[in-house]
Amino acid sequence: MLEISNLTVGYGSITALHGISLNVERGSIVTLIGANGAGKSTTLRAASGLLKIRSGNIGFEGKQIANLPAHEIVAMGLAHVPEGRMIFSNLSVMENLRMGAYLRRDADGVRRDLDFVLQTFPRLSEREKQFAGTLSGGEQQMLAIGRALMSRPKCLMLDEPSLGIAPLLVKTIFEKIVEVNRDLGLTVLLVEQNANLALEISHYGYVLETGAVLFHDRSERLKLDPRVREAYLGA
Amino acid sequence: MNELLQQILNGLSLGAIYALIALGYTMVYGVLRFINFAHGDVFMVGAFSGLYLFRWLKPFFDGGRWLLAALVLLGAMLISATLGVLVEWLAYRPLREKPRLTVLITAIGVSLLLEYSAQLLFGAAPRGFPSLVEGGAIGGIGGLHASNVQVLVFLVSGALLFALRFIVMRTRIGLAMRALSLNPTAAALMGVNISVVISFTFGLGSALAAAGAIFYASLYQAIDPFMGVLPGLKAFVAAVLGGIGSLPGAALGGVILGVVETLVVGYSKELGIPPGYRDAVAFVILILILLFKPSGLLGKNHREKV
Repeated sequence: MLEISNLTVGYGSITALHGISLNVERGSIVTLIGANGAGKSTTLRAASGLLKIRSGNIGFEGKQIANLPAHEIVAMGLAHVPEGRMIFSNLSVMENLRMGAYLRRDADGVRRDLDFVLQTFPRLSEREKQFAGTLSGGEQQMLAIGRALMSRPKCLMLDEPSLGIAPLLVKTIFEKIVEVNRDLGLTVLLVEQNANLALEISHYGYVLETGAVLFHDRSERLKLDPRVREAYLGA
Repeated sequence: MNELLQQILNGLSLGAIYALIALGYTMVYGVLRFINFAHGDVFMVGAFSGLYLFRWLKPFFDGGRWLLAALVLLGAMLISATLGVLVEWLAYRPLREKPRLTVLITAIGVSLLLEYSAQLLFGAAPRGFPSLVEGGAIGGIGGLHASNVQVLVFLVSGALLFALRFIVMRTRIGLAMRALSLNPTAAALMGVNISVVISFTFGLGSALAAAGAIFYASLYQAIDPFMGVLPGLKAFVAAVLGGIGSLPGAALGGVILGVVETLVVGYSKELGIPPGYRDAVAFVILILILLFKPSGLLGKNHREKV
């Protein structure tokens, strides 16, 4: 569904990605793990059109999307929940969700998806009218995911959904990620520092280091790989 | 007491005009985080558009003075909106990724360009501005007086403010404007075409400035290529006073500034301030607000949750 090949991205004179290739199959959860600065977020930002790429290809459902404007990429069905959540703090929870459906014209479908998101994250429905900035970190993350779901994406890219969130809420959020993948067949590309958690729920994993893919394998095998256990699982 | 009320009444129509101009500053600041110093000159173009529209359209309207006035107003708003969109497209958009100071200096350049182009086209001498509606005074309650023009300025400005509020709070593009001003990256990820929303914002702000210009010209009945400089600066002060980026703030700031300015002139003897200092009032307010409440009356101190 999402195919990245030989992707090179740089900020000014610094090269952040040195020819990364990865493949996200339809219906799967794929994770990118690696230390800070490995290029995980950069990969997502390039795929969603927030960053210009230097070279390589990004294919989404067979179409080239590299260097397209972000608003065109989300229209094709590739949604990105950015690092730090980036919710609209001075809009209400409901308005945030409506922003997620910004490109959609099917009012009935939007209403159904709104119900679905509010059922999936009941905490949001309790806080519908509140300013999003008043939510806790975990609730903001739920809102950010719910907002992305409102665009009815084919593929959802999540950047560090566990960052700075209470452990109990992290568990809920990861359960929901599994749920939307299983029940809606939504393809997920997950960037996560908590490798334990990420390998637990994903089908396939890529290990990134300093802007390159070190190795990749099925998640249950990566979990047992001594290199991963030593460097990322704290074993 | 009556005199005080009368002065306030006079100040309100001036304040409504400042409010209309201030909204353009604050909206553009909201989406682009920079002060469009050419805004006052878009205001001036609105006034000249009104003058020429009036001349061209007048022969076709024998009795329908109201319809003519409405057409002049709408036409001037449309012309200024087009100019605002063009200025953004030609001058500011190519600098989107550049430091804000670059854009700011460009705005000053655009301002001078518009002023001197207008001088070239229309001449430097002030031109009379026609009465769009029948003159005359409305005797009001308790001996208060207001001219037809004053009342109209106030009513139409109020209607425009409500229309703007509706657009910003109730429409899809309004939601996109608010989202963009809060977080441009997230707005783009939601599918908002940022350039379209920015163009729309410039158009909307410029249209309001043109409405302000028609009212201003109707009250003072003279226009010239540099007429936008002072009202532009004062409306900028009004926007800062209300809290830059806040729409209700800009409206409130404009009205306060108009009333205070009128009162200072009206009571110049009692206050010991010569009426010639009327233009200084705004800047004294600017200095005070920057000293004591830089975020403005309704401005928010943005605190992001990490």
